[in-house]
Amino acid sequence: MTVASWLGLLATLLWTAVAVAWSRRAARGPHGEAWRRFFRHPTATAGIAVLVFFATVAVCAPLLAPYRPSQQLDIVALQNRPPSWLHPLGTDLYSRDVWSRLLYGAQVSLGIGTLGMAVAVMLGGLVGTVAGYFRGWTDAVLMRLVDVGLSVPRIFLVLLAIALWDRLGTGPLILLLGFTGWFATSRLVRAEVLSLRERPFTDAARTAGARPWRIIIRHVLPNAAAPLIVSAALGIGHMMLLEAGLSFLGVGVQPPMPSWGNMIADGRDQLTTALWTSLFPGLAIAITVMALNAIGDAARDALDPRADYLFEP
Amino acid sequence: MTAWLLRRLGAALAIVFAVVSFSFVAIHLAPGTPFLPEQGRPINPAAVARLRDEFGLGRPLPEQYVRYLGALARGHLGESFSQRRPVAEAIATALPNTAVLAGAALLIDFLLGIAIGVFQAARARRSSDVALTNATLFLYSLPIFWLGLVLLLVFGQWLHWFPVGGVTDPVLYPNLPLWGKVLDRLRHLALPALTMGLVGAAGTARFQRAALLEALGQDYVRTARAKGLRESAVLVRHALRDALLPVITLLGLALPFLLTGAVLVEAVFAWPGLGKLAADAIAARDYPLVLATTLLASVAVVMGSLLADLFAVLADPRVRMVT
Repeated sequence: MTVASWLGLLATLLWTAVAVAWSRRAARGPHGEAWRRFFRHPTATAGIAVLVFFATVAVCAPLLAPYRPSQQLDIVALQNRPPSWLHPLGTDLYSRDVWSRLLYGAQVSLGIGTLGMAVAVMLGGLVGTVAGYFRGWTDAVLMRLVDVGLSVPRIFLVLLAIALWDRLGTGPLILLLGFTGWFATSRLVRAEVLSLRERPFTDAARTAGARPWRIIIRHVLPNAAAPLIVSAALGIGHMMLLEAGLSFLGVGVQPPMPSWGNMIADGRDQLTTALWTSLFPGLAIAITVMALNAIGDAARDALDPRADYLFEP
Repeated sequence: MTAWLLRRLGAALAIVFAVVSFSFVAIHLAPGTPFLPEQGRPINPAAVARLRDEFGLGRPLPEQYVRYLGALARGHLGESFSQRRPVAEAIATALPNTAVLAGAALLIDFLLGIAIGVFQAARARRSSDVALTNATLFLYSLPIFWLGLVLLLVFGQWLHWFPVGGVTDPVLYPNLPLWGKVLDRLRHLALPALTMGLVGAAGTARFQRAALLEALGQDYVRTARAKGLRESAVLVRHALRDALLPVITLLGLALPFLLTGAVLVEAVFAWPGLGKLAADAIAARDYPLVLATTLLASVAVVMGSLLADLFAVLADPRVRMVT
């Protein structure tokens, strides 16, 4: 690793510190009540720091990584080398730089987790809102559908889809994770909408002649945002773990594209000789998911203190 | 009670029926011929003829659907492409292994999880509680297969305390005496069960801590303290009794988690159970086998949540019996 990429890492760390300090300052402002409750959580600051760091690293991977992720540097001299100043996380079986792969892997793993959850939150939000607002048979049908979805462990659903359609690119994988991940969110949103539609302000809007969709978009959804935000924060972590598991089984992100999950799988057979090849990606997942869970917990306390969040694994 | 149970059972059956119907649609949406391998995959021609007949391939779709349901009801799930034997047979050999693993993991999960949760609630907001909160959060966030690999490396490869995979020792096992066989099985079970149990225990502990802290804030706890009971008696006999119920209903809901964990952990430890069957089947694109494990998993999950509901009703008369 060159001087430039060490400086890049230093700049990223500085930016992380600045971003955390900046978000903590927001807590002192006049509208900072929720932020204050958020930062009262002991691990919230650390969670934000970790997330800012990895998000930055993911976005700036091409700038920060000293090598391309699939570049085989020197298959003879640089195979399975332990961490050093030149290769801070060592090199793997194909003499690729683990640090560079970890940076690009952040892009893939965080990207899939975030986009998958975005699909799931949108679907879950839509289904939950429609079911909760219109009630009646729409609600009954949609919620029975959710019961069915929740009764199959997601990993089996994804495996079945892959077995039937042979292989999935990254795009279809994201959609698949999203389509199988909205069930719990929709229940949460439905419960929220059921109570919101009975509130005086929705009654007032209805009396004023607003149409259902206008009431939903202007009055109901903004008030149902809190559980959606919390479930999204907690859900991204679950998505990332699922993606890692699938990539570990060899059916998720396809090599040579690095994801933290398939990096662990790559290093699996050299555990005793080149521990670093799977140790660091595993730690990266653990720290990121832990940060997301800490942020989710803190966000729940800040936004929505009484709710219970149930997740399918 | 009986009426509630019947209604609940009916709902469970409806869910399983829906999952089965969904699988039928999925199979027919996919490219290739249902239950038969595409060109170039070797399979016994007699088996092909038998399956064509049994599943009525080539007949109208509604008839195929009815035949599909009938075949499933009789436990006929097709022929495994990769194992060249009926799927039901492959499942029958794998199921006991997963049941043993899941049972052991569940035991560790709940014993350890409840113990940690109670300890934390008793020492709430002190440094030991904060440390354990962070530790359980970390464990809860780990990729389960990675934890398995780390345990395998440390306790299997470096310390040689436990074997590195499989259910029994392939060489020694047949010649061991009975107690030796039991011991050998337990030694092989230890690491995979610990992997699944630890991750589960972290979640259970978080839940138990929250439930117990909530119970400790109730009026009857103040009454018990005012009577002059020892703190340990207040905690165990009054608060825990109340706070155990939500945790025990978690038991039934733990099944999807256990089955997901089994797919990954069995792959790490070469544990020949349902999860490894599914993972191997996926590598061979052997979808009759994947389909069968999926259906079985969903049946298990539905049964688990049914049992959890039943238990909640039996344990706590305040729980309303709604479907």
